[in-house]
Amino acid sequence: MSFYGVELSSRLLLGTARYPSPAILVEAIKASGAEVVTVSLRRESGADRAGQSFWSLIRALGLRVLPNTAGCHSVKEAVTTAHMARELFDTTWIKLEVIGDADTLQPDVFGLVEAARILAEDGFEVFPYTTEDLVVADRLVEAGCRVLMPWGAPIGSARGLNNVYGLRSLRAHFPDIPLVVDAGLGVPSHAAAAMELGYDAVLLNTAVAEAGDPVEMARAFALAVEAGRAAYLAQPLEPRDMAAPSTPVIGKAALGD
Amino acid sequence: MKRHSITVIGAGVAGLCCALELAGRGARVEVVERGRALGEGSCSWQAGGMLAPWCERATTDAVVAERGASSIDWWSQHFPGTARNGSLVVAQPRDAADLTRFAQRTERFDWIGADRIASLEPDLAGRYRRALFFPDEAHLDPRRALAALVKRLAERGVPVRFGVELSPDAAPGDIVVDCRGLVARDVLPDLRGVRGEMVVVRCRDITLTRPVRMLHPRIPLYIVPRGEGLFMIGATMIESEQRGAASVRSTVELLNAAYALHPAFGEAEIVELGADLRPAFADNLPQVRREGRVLRANGLFRHGFLLAPALARQVADTIQMETNHADIPERRRA
Repeated sequence: MSFYGVELSSRLLLGTARYPSPAILVEAIKASGAEVVTVSLRRESGADRAGQSFWSLIRALGLRVLPNTAGCHSVKEAVTTAHMARELFDTTWIKLEVIGDADTLQPDVFGLVEAARILAEDGFEVFPYTTEDLVVADRLVEAGCRVLMPWGAPIGSARGLNNVYGLRSLRAHFPDIPLVVDAGLGVPSHAAAAMELGYDAVLLNTAVAEAGDPVEMARAFALAVEAGRAAYLAQPLEPRDMAAPSTPVIGKAALGD
Repeated sequence: MKRHSITVIGAGVAGLCCALELAGRGARVEVVERGRALGEGSCSWQAGGMLAPWCERATTDAVVAERGASSIDWWSQHFPGTARNGSLVVAQPRDAADLTRFAQRTERFDWIGADRIASLEPDLAGRYRRALFFPDEAHLDPRRALAALVKRLAERGVPVRFGVELSPDAAPGDIVVDCRGLVARDVLPDLRGVRGEMVVVRCRDITLTRPVRMLHPRIPLYIVPRGEGLFMIGATMIESEQRGAASVRSTVELLNAAYALHPAFGEAEIVELGADLRPAFADNLPQVRREGRVLRANGLFRHGFLLAPALARQVADTIQMETNHADIPERRRA
């Protein structure tokens, strides 16, 4: 799997917010095996590099950082934050979030496409946080995105894959674009389900950060992602309505009288 | 304890608790503080003052609850203004799942219904159908509590000298206890600041007798009654070391929470907006470290009043243990 030409072996991307402590965050990242971590950049931390102490803990792990325009509600805000992130983290990667609704944190897909175009033209490699909408996905690709990150469910909701049909159809329409389910996963089986659909990776934060034992949960998700990917490659069965006996019934030896 | 002379640097909650504990064990103690008055430049001044080990248990290490539980008696003994009325945890209907989850992750609480809520906090009658009540928790006004500690120290002959800036190496005394908080990062490079913001409002229409926490997807929000119509609303936790006043975004979120708890807060007067940095180590737990004759007690994070008494005991135990064997200055470095 590669994102913008960068080869990665782990298909689990981990967010770095809301852990009980930075020490637990570091342990959870290690347990997850993640090679990419997202870091949300709030402007109060960006100014004067005021978040440096926290980031240096993450940097010390030597992983690839995917900065995130978390909490931006307008194109302008998102673009400004992306520029700040590029400078601070010295990367052209940006996870682009443009929030359209404060309650569901649903992406503002119109603003998202606009911001993606501006950033892609400016040399950024954009990872857009989007819905599973096909047409929006198409517009994002047109705008220059070479990775798409549709939601499973609203951020932090732990609901899993809300629209399996939509996600499957997105996968079918974009066989060559890396697709990452981002947001809404609650338990490892959700991650396995996304991988079984043929998604390239999943991105998590709250499900691990706010688990009773984040480190153990990170490990559980890593196992699920691996299992789901292996299952996808092994070409699983399609559900059917009637039983399909695994042993022949005709000519079966009669037991007893 | 041998009658050591000990200099405590810093008159925040860590320094004052250490001084009192050490004086109580017979040491000759002096406190120096670079601020010119109590609270100046000290993040303890912005604290919530909740002694809520079991509420904290829901989101932090079990150690916080274990070490914090005894602080309720400690504060009651040293500060008569400590109110042991418990605390209440509520959630807006849309965040009801968070209340269940909070309950799963801690102990020492009762699920209570509308009637009990109304009898505990009459002004919240009819506003919530369910809440968690932690009967054993307590709260205090941090500023009065710090002033009470200074007074106690004075009674024991321990001076607190304000406007005196000393580096631990240059400080007099057989032993130096470095309680400078974030200022000590010159010698504690793994110490970081975690920004917190708070609001104090005056609202005459509401009376609360205990802290109320409101579960919120982003901020551990609480409203602590301070008496005379004053309420402290806190507190954000941002991985940023930016100094400077509270941001509009944070202030709006804090005030919204108060307004959601009771619309009468909409008419409240904003008395104060505060922002400061909490000193924290990577595991967000306090530590005592020794370097020669200097003990560094730091990293209380968001648990200053809850954990300072235990930290002070740890400091005093360390000194006592060491001095049972040899003089501090000759001991090898930690």
